[in-house]
Amino acid sequence: MSVLVGNGTRLVVQGITGREGAFHAEACRDYGTNLVAGVVPGKGGQTAVGVPVFDTVAEAVEKTRANVGFVLVPPPFCADAYAEAVDAGLDLVVSITEGVPTRDMVRVMRTVPPGGTRILGPNCPGVISPGKAKVGIMPGFIHKEGHVGVVSRSGTLTYEAVHQLSERGIGQSTCVGIGGDPVIGTNFVDVLELFAADDDTGAVILIGEIGGGAEEEAADFIRRELRKPVVAFIAGQTAPPGRRMGHAGAIVMGGQGTAAGKMEALRSAGCTVVESPAEMGAAMEARLRG
Amino acid sequence: MNLHEHQAKALLAAYGVPIPRGKVAFSVDEAVAAASELGLPVVVKAQIHAGGRGKAGGVRLARTEDEVRAAADAILGATLVTKQTGPEGRLVRRLLVEEGVAIARELYVSFIIDRSSGRPMCIASGAGGMDIEEVAAETPEKILTVTVDPAMGMQPFQARRLAFGLGFEGQVFRNGTKFLTALYRAFEGLDASQVEINPMLVTEGGDVLALDAKVSVDDSALFRQPKVAALRDIHEESPLEVEASRHRLSYIKLDGSVGCMVNGAGLAMATMDIVKLAGASPANFLDVGGGASAEQIENAFRILSSDPEVRVVLINIFGGILRCDRLAKGLIAAVRKLGVTLPIVIRMEGTNVELARRMLEESGLDFTTADGMRDAAEQVVKRLAGQEAA
Repeated sequence: MSVLVGNGTRLVVQGITGREGAFHAEACRDYGTNLVAGVVPGKGGQTAVGVPVFDTVAEAVEKTRANVGFVLVPPPFCADAYAEAVDAGLDLVVSITEGVPTRDMVRVMRTVPPGGTRILGPNCPGVISPGKAKVGIMPGFIHKEGHVGVVSRSGTLTYEAVHQLSERGIGQSTCVGIGGDPVIGTNFVDVLELFAADDDTGAVILIGEIGGGAEEEAADFIRRELRKPVVAFIAGQTAPPGRRMGHAGAIVMGGQGTAAGKMEALRSAGCTVVESPAEMGAAMEARLRG
Repeated sequence: MNLHEHQAKALLAAYGVPIPRGKVAFSVDEAVAAASELGLPVVVKAQIHAGGRGKAGGVRLARTEDEVRAAADAILGATLVTKQTGPEGRLVRRLLVEEGVAIARELYVSFIIDRSSGRPMCIASGAGGMDIEEVAAETPEKILTVTVDPAMGMQPFQARRLAFGLGFEGQVFRNGTKFLTALYRAFEGLDASQVEINPMLVTEGGDVLALDAKVSVDDSALFRQPKVAALRDIHEESPLEVEASRHRLSYIKLDGSVGCMVNGAGLAMATMDIVKLAGASPANFLDVGGGASAEQIENAFRILSSDPEVRVVLINIFGGILRCDRLAKGLIAAVRKLGVTLPIVIRMEGTNVELARRMLEESGLDFTTADGMRDAAEQVVKRLAGQEAA
């Protein structure tokens, strides 16, 4: 097992004829993801990356039984692509797009019915279940099949953690990038719930960063419900307050969202919190040896 | 993106939020002319992108033309130091001259995006003119909040709940609910990430006005907010940060001596953290983007090396699909082209990393290659110590 994506994933790429869309659709397929369709309004009937292109997501679902969407469109069109995927009833839709207006995300989240499509991102690297499927832009080859779940607000810092794990021979069940924006579709707690219920995930690495309260909410969940070892790192311990550190969501405001507060919350929930980003892999190795 | 008070007020007024009459002035003469048009007394207010102006002497009441002249003369061209400007302060280049109003009550109201619910939230308090964070910490029961359904907008019952909670009655109640409803429409319509009115004012005549206004607009929405985008005042930003944003680089100046160049915001923050843990101090946050193209690396070098505090450069690139030999080629070209003489420690990961290391070592330039993030931070500290010894 794994979470979010796996052997049952049937992928439709929204924006498949764009440069980025074609490149990443191909990379996902080459990794082993079952790419079944593309969607580009007005280009229905064409073929791209070896799969049929449809005008709408609904048609792609009808004709190919696609169940996961990957949105590779510019920021002004991202929320609409998400909403179309929700309307078509996909299980999951992922977007890596950076620079989506927050108001668009606020509105699109309102369109998801209870139990409806899970939105991942935007501004995230996507999700990979090593050896099974990847729906994202992460380099597949650094991953290794195994039993550690990884969840992170960051992109390249997630690769760093995965690299440290794989180097030590520790594989991953699923690695999920939830994204660095203020309003995102899937939060830490959502992914931790999935990891908690997944028999294939034996331990978790959580990578947070300054800003907001998602890490504190994760700590509450871990304390109450997660009976699996967690190693955590919070980026931005040296970040000055009031400044946005690259990610739109990474800002300490009014003493809220500090790295110190998040680290303390996670520590008191029983997580191993490392101060140095170089220690994530080693700390997980130590927890697994236990 | 942040706005000046006078800009924020003009934008809010267009949505029906009542504001005092006022005029912007760029010179003492303009301030005097504005005062005579508005009628005395007036308040002369420094326009900078930072709060705490009153305490720093940037807001003055003027009852006569001479007082207007004196106030404008004192504030324009002064450097205000507030707790939000940092010790270097901020030069005042423009003023807002505003009619004086008879104050009955001062209150607080703001809209933000509540990240936990993913929805707009109104925060209001009867304790206006104070630091709302202090109020929240010391007397949380004095803070009222309402979460707005984005599909419905601010509903009348929500505005009433806030107005009752603030103790409004009669005409003030009606003016207050109108004010709150208009403020929400402005928040939504402007793609604001924050709208803060502190204080919101009840006048002796029963009007409800925004006496101060702070509006921050979502940078990601500026493409559809051309009126807001046109209001950018680059004097309020650091020149290096302006230059970086022209190249779509994310750069924030800090006060250390290790210039950092990293791909990805999270990894860039983590790199700053490990530099600090190793005993050195980062000179900046700099994210060159996921791809780290040769052009971006050259732009990044130009910005990094124009900070005179930088003594060592640390490059941390997790390439993944990016080929490290291409990265090395771009780095060598940029260093040669710009004549960078600073020692450079590089940590990179990705395909062809061995070839890339050889290229850097054989370039004859001052590159140190590191194995992993910890080694990189240690090499940086070693190079700094070497400079001090020399």
